[in-house]
Amino acid sequence: MKVESASLNNETALLPKKQKSTGWLHALRQDWQLYLLLVVPLAFVLLFKYTPMFGLVLAFKKYKIAKGFWGSDWVGFQIFKEIFDKPDFARAVRNTLMLNSLDLLFSFTMPIILALLLSEIKSARFKKINQTFLYLPHFFSWVIIGALAYQLLSQGNGAVNNVLESMGFNRVPFLQEDTHWLFSYLAIGVWQSMGWGTIIYLASISSINPDLYEAATVDGAGRWRKMWNVTLPSIRMTIVTLLILNLGKVMDGSFERIYALTNKATTEYTTTIPVLVYRWGIESGNISRATAVGLFQAVIGLVLVLIANRVAKKLGDEGIF
Amino acid sequence: MKASTGTIAMHNKQRFDIWDVVIRLVIILVSLACLLPFVHVIAKSFSADAFVIANKVTLWPRGFTFGAYEKIFQDKSILRSLYISIIVTALFTILGMIITIFAAYPLSRGQLKGRSLFTLIFLFPMLFSGGIIPEYMLINNLGMMDTLWALILPLAFSSFNLLIMKTSLQSGIPISLEEAARIDGANHFRILWSVVLPLSKPIMATLSLFYAAGRWNAYQDSLFYIKQNVDLRPLQLKLYYLVIQSTESFQLEASSVALSNPEVLKASCVVFATLPILCIYPFIQKYFVQGTMLGAVKE
Repeated sequence: MKVESASLNNETALLPKKQKSTGWLHALRQDWQLYLLLVVPLAFVLLFKYTPMFGLVLAFKKYKIAKGFWGSDWVGFQIFKEIFDKPDFARAVRNTLMLNSLDLLFSFTMPIILALLLSEIKSARFKKINQTFLYLPHFFSWVIIGALAYQLLSQGNGAVNNVLESMGFNRVPFLQEDTHWLFSYLAIGVWQSMGWGTIIYLASISSINPDLYEAATVDGAGRWRKMWNVTLPSIRMTIVTLLILNLGKVMDGSFERIYALTNKATTEYTTTIPVLVYRWGIESGNISRATAVGLFQAVIGLVLVLIANRVAKKLGDEGIF
Repeated sequence: MKASTGTIAMHNKQRFDIWDVVIRLVIILVSLACLLPFVHVIAKSFSADAFVIANKVTLWPRGFTFGAYEKIFQDKSILRSLYISIIVTALFTILGMIITIFAAYPLSRGQLKGRSLFTLIFLFPMLFSGGIIPEYMLINNLGMMDTLWALILPLAFSSFNLLIMKTSLQSGIPISLEEAARIDGANHFRILWSVVLPLSKPIMATLSLFYAAGRWNAYQDSLFYIKQNVDLRPLQLKLYYLVIQSTESFQLEASSVALSNPEVLKASCVVFATLPILCIYPFIQKYFVQGTMLGAVKE
């Protein structure tokens, strides 16, 4: 950034015109090609990202297909009052917060631990072979992962249950009973993201000054002591930044992941906000109500990211913006 | 793997530490946990029905047969879904890259007036979005329901990919090179085409893979937008109905083919759909890792 602004100054020095830095007309004439390039992405972002934001006003209208988007009546916050009274809504909020908090607890911490272990490995080949396997689940779609999960975990003929049975245990309804489903859901999330999540931490660890480790060795620190007193503090920034990003998603959650793992036997925890939006809006056609739920989620998500970032800045880290 | 572990430990001059062994064992166990589910499904897909029904197949096929795969290749709808997925992924990736480059290049030029305003417009959707229903309404109003456009156009612009491309252009292209081109009388188009793009091949490869893999694996939007026209179902959506929901049965051409156990068919479908990814995975892994690290670089 600094280099660029310096070169910009050089340019203006060559052509000492005062209006140059102020006039839009001049900028358009000189850089019309750049603006022309911007037209295509601007059209896409305005149509496919900003038009839907405008569409959120449907949360304040009683949408009727016959009356259309513009003709439907304004009702203020009535739709919100309606959804806050629905037990399904309360349940969706509870489930979303619960699943995401538990995810944060496990899926967020496991990559850090795994990265710390991987960084202890000296052999580049051993590391590489294992990383290839560890990254693999990240490349599968949720449909594939859902299919794998049922092949392995179903009570009747899942491979894991076959192994358990042959060892003398009972078969476990991993995906067919609510509490078991919750644990399976979390475990599958860890399984899918654990290896891939190490990448950023490994990069961060590899940039630590080796002198720090040498100094620690001289002071008589062992492997775990160095991990705790050198490595972890050095990657603290990375951890905080990623935590912020994840905190902002605590009201979000993947529709695809839930939907690929849901079945009729387990409905207790599977109603999350995105699922509820889909069910109310697209399956039942209650557009206004579903939009209101979506808006509720988006606003809280935005507020959470901004708060988390503020907190991180107060703690002395840079934050993300 | 164990053999290589041993030799390396021998070569190491450091004294033997039991924790080295423990850490390696833990990592190997986790790696196996990532790999074995897939091995199991491959084994199942090549096994004879009887062994699968009796729960006898674990990591190695029993009663080896190609039967399930023969049935998949007889099912026209699965092949058509594969074809749809390939077309959609190719078009989506090309369009996505064009949009990303067209936005990233001007935004990476310090001289562009209004740069911070444009950057804000392009990156704000990362923080806030209209969400499922307004997007659904938009697709509906544009008349894109049950067309492949619904899968190609809406996600082609990605703030995240733009941010990566912009960061990479800002740090990767020496300004002096560009100024030299400017002095030679090259205009912006020419600089973009002859200087910037050739120097950005690695990042373009990475982002193309991000686009392609994202499109290939997603099924949410096709679940929402491809409803009546079942011929347009991409592979992942087809798989969803076949394997997860089991609402759809395999369309077997001739009645002479004996029906297979659905579990075997499901397993072979999973392998069939994953094969394209597995074939290129070893070659693209590197680019993905690089891209992910670039994505972590802050603005």
